[in-house]
Amino acid sequence: MEAQIEQLPMHRRPTIREMGRRSEAAEMPFKRMRPDEGGGSVFLPSFAAEGAALVTIHNSGQRVVLAAVSREAAALGLALGMPLTQARAMIPGLDIHEADPAADAALLDRIGRFAARRITPLVATAGADGLWLDLTGAAHLNGGERRVCAGLLRFCAKLGIEARIAVAGNGAAADALARHGPERLTLCPEGGEQAALGPLPIAALRIDPAVVEKMRRLGLEWIGELAAVPRGPLVRRFGRDVLLKLDQALGQAAEPIDPIVPRDAPSAELRFAEPIGGAEVIARAVSDLLDQLIERLRETGLGARALLLLCDRVDRQQQRVEIGAARATRDKAHLLRLLARRIETIEPGFGIDAMRLIAARTEPLGAIAVPGDLAAPEPVPDLSQLIDLIAGRLGAQRLYRLSAIESDVPERSVCRIAPLDTTIAWPDAWPRPPRLLPRPERIDHVVAELPDAPPRRFTWRGRMYKLVRGDGPERIYGEWWKRGAERDAVRDYFHVEDESGARFWLFRRGDGIDPRTGDLSWWIQGGCG
Amino acid sequence: MGRALRLERLRAEVRAIAAAGQDPAAVLPFGVSDLDARLAGGGLADAGVHEAAGASDGYSDDAAATLFLAGIAARRAGRRGTVLWVVARRDLFAPGLAQAGLDPGKLLVAETGRDSDVLAVMEEGLRHGALAAVVGEIGRAGLTETRRLQLAAEEGGTMALLLRRWRKGDPLGEPSSALTRWRIGSAPSVPLPGPGVGRACWHVELARQRGGPGFSLLLESCDAQGRLAVPALSADRPDQADRGDERQAA
Repeated sequence: MEAQIEQLPMHRRPTIREMGRRSEAAEMPFKRMRPDEGGGSVFLPSFAAEGAALVTIHNSGQRVVLAAVSREAAALGLALGMPLTQARAMIPGLDIHEADPAADAALLDRIGRFAARRITPLVATAGADGLWLDLTGAAHLNGGERRVCAGLLRFCAKLGIEARIAVAGNGAAADALARHGPERLTLCPEGGEQAALGPLPIAALRIDPAVVEKMRRLGLEWIGELAAVPRGPLVRRFGRDVLLKLDQALGQAAEPIDPIVPRDAPSAELRFAEPIGGAEVIARAVSDLLDQLIERLRETGLGARALLLLCDRVDRQQQRVEIGAARATRDKAHLLRLLARRIETIEPGFGIDAMRLIAARTEPLGAIAVPGDLAAPEPVPDLSQLIDLIAGRLGAQRLYRLSAIESDVPERSVCRIAPLDTTIAWPDAWPRPPRLLPRPERIDHVVAELPDAPPRRFTWRGRMYKLVRGDGPERIYGEWWKRGAERDAVRDYFHVEDESGARFWLFRRGDGIDPRTGDLSWWIQGGCG
Repeated sequence: MGRALRLERLRAEVRAIAAAGQDPAAVLPFGVSDLDARLAGGGLADAGVHEAAGASDGYSDDAAATLFLAGIAARRAGRRGTVLWVVARRDLFAPGLAQAGLDPGKLLVAETGRDSDVLAVMEEGLRHGALAAVVGEIGRAGLTETRRLQLAAEEGGTMALLLRRWRKGDPLGEPSSALTRWRIGSAPSVPLPGPGVGRACWHVELARQRGGPGFSLLLESCDAQGRLAVPALSADRPDQADRGDERQAA
């Protein structure tokens, strides 16, 4: 572009003002992501943006300041916290977007959940733009720490995020190394935290910036220097927080992490001094376990959707029983009834010496307001307990509601939904039979006038039916967007009645005029009462 | 106090206990005076087992019996009730049931493989008491099974509707303790002035009822609210009412 401008004669070159107004579309780093909560305007400082210098802004007091800058913008001398007017004055063609912290947080949460699914269950957010992953005992499953980190870097690069990773003996040290270390990928050897952190600035310890500034004035700039200072005077001058942060980074104080995905499902456990085997004893143990579990669920405000009962036998075999609930519940009588039915499926063998009851799937379950209005309509009876009982007997897939789906083809117009979901009714324009054959069956010897008169007779399953009345045709077109072969297909449906009053639902393939629409064969699909 | 009087009091007491707080005499009338007048109690007992089957093994008669029960279940459910439909085969077509008044929002389907499962699930639904009616499609069910269903229906105050499907021989040939046993067959529809199929008609035959004789009627099929009707041209058509006398013994 600049070369083209250079070639123009002086008087035809665009003015500075025109050039300043021009903004080119930046390559969106999220173009390849699924469009959802991670909005397109999410930009963190380390996010790579190609093309124009790009910044995001937010209000800070009365001023508008830069919230994040792209690499190009940083190279031009822009920095975080700079007022927007100053940045504009420095760089005319700046691409400016409003910062969206909520979307940033949502994106970070999504990446965290991905990591929790794929790498390690213990993932926590660190600040607005960092994630902590507890790799303890999980790295070897993915081929060692280096491969895990390299894979993560590749994954982030695909999303357009320029990530930095450090692995260290504790979260604080890894955080400092990732944000302030020399390399994009740092693997700190075991016990090497002190040496690795020594040359990093004190700000890496996540200390209050005012304190950092105070230390800088006293000549303390690096973590190594800070660690060498006697601790007593340090606490007196800067408070306990500095030492705590330092100890956490050096692995001398614990820092628990608060995972995005809760680590442990609520559970209860019983160990028996003597192995048990009788059905009544097991039932009593299950009842005790339920008491404990429900107490735990109540404390956390959760209700159970799925329970898993594990029985450890003396011979090291495990027996498992699973039950599900259609709606989150803490009702002991109900859960006990569901579990009690399955007790007979447990094989105690030589005896069970430990039982564990785990709420494998939970949902928040708060208090429910009872309508106080006396004139309120009678409440719909609660079916969820009955649904659990039947689903426990038959399997959750075999209890369902039937609902409409957008299709005119009869066999595709019904879908199954969960028993507590809301149904959609079918359009009521044409009569439909209450029974549908599993597949349409061919009928023979059909006598009908073309193109659209109802048939007069047909033979089905070896019996001849003489028809006296008929309604139709109801024309249904093939769904070319589902199957290419149906592009021209047509079915003409007829509702017919024979001499004795028996009613059937027949169709003919083809409209009777255009041979491409069907071969004019006749089929029976349903029986109308 | 006379012995007969004491016996009668005892019976009333037992009936009240058996029905567990439900009004034992609550019935669901058809809204067709010809039909209700001949039913003991003036309708179908709410807490009881009722059976229906197609008059023949024809496909249309089976569909007619299905719609007959769907209409009863829809009227029993009213606006907000739920009907549990227990099936053994997958040939139910819900848009057709919706046209007999049984909207998809009122219908809950349980799919089983065996008759014994159908009965067990029905019993579960009946005892729970929150359902308006439980419909079960079944081939074989003897006296014991129907008696169990009847007890479950009384316990939960729920109507049990058994759709006896043809397998080998007349499904109503088996003994059963159902309160009413219906046989539904297709009849020529109400003629229209022009071409086309009018509202369907059924030969509705009550093969047996507890506390009354059987009878047979020609009725128009369920409308969109599940209500039956008497054909307007009944007087001109070959009525089946005279067959009622020979069926009384059945």
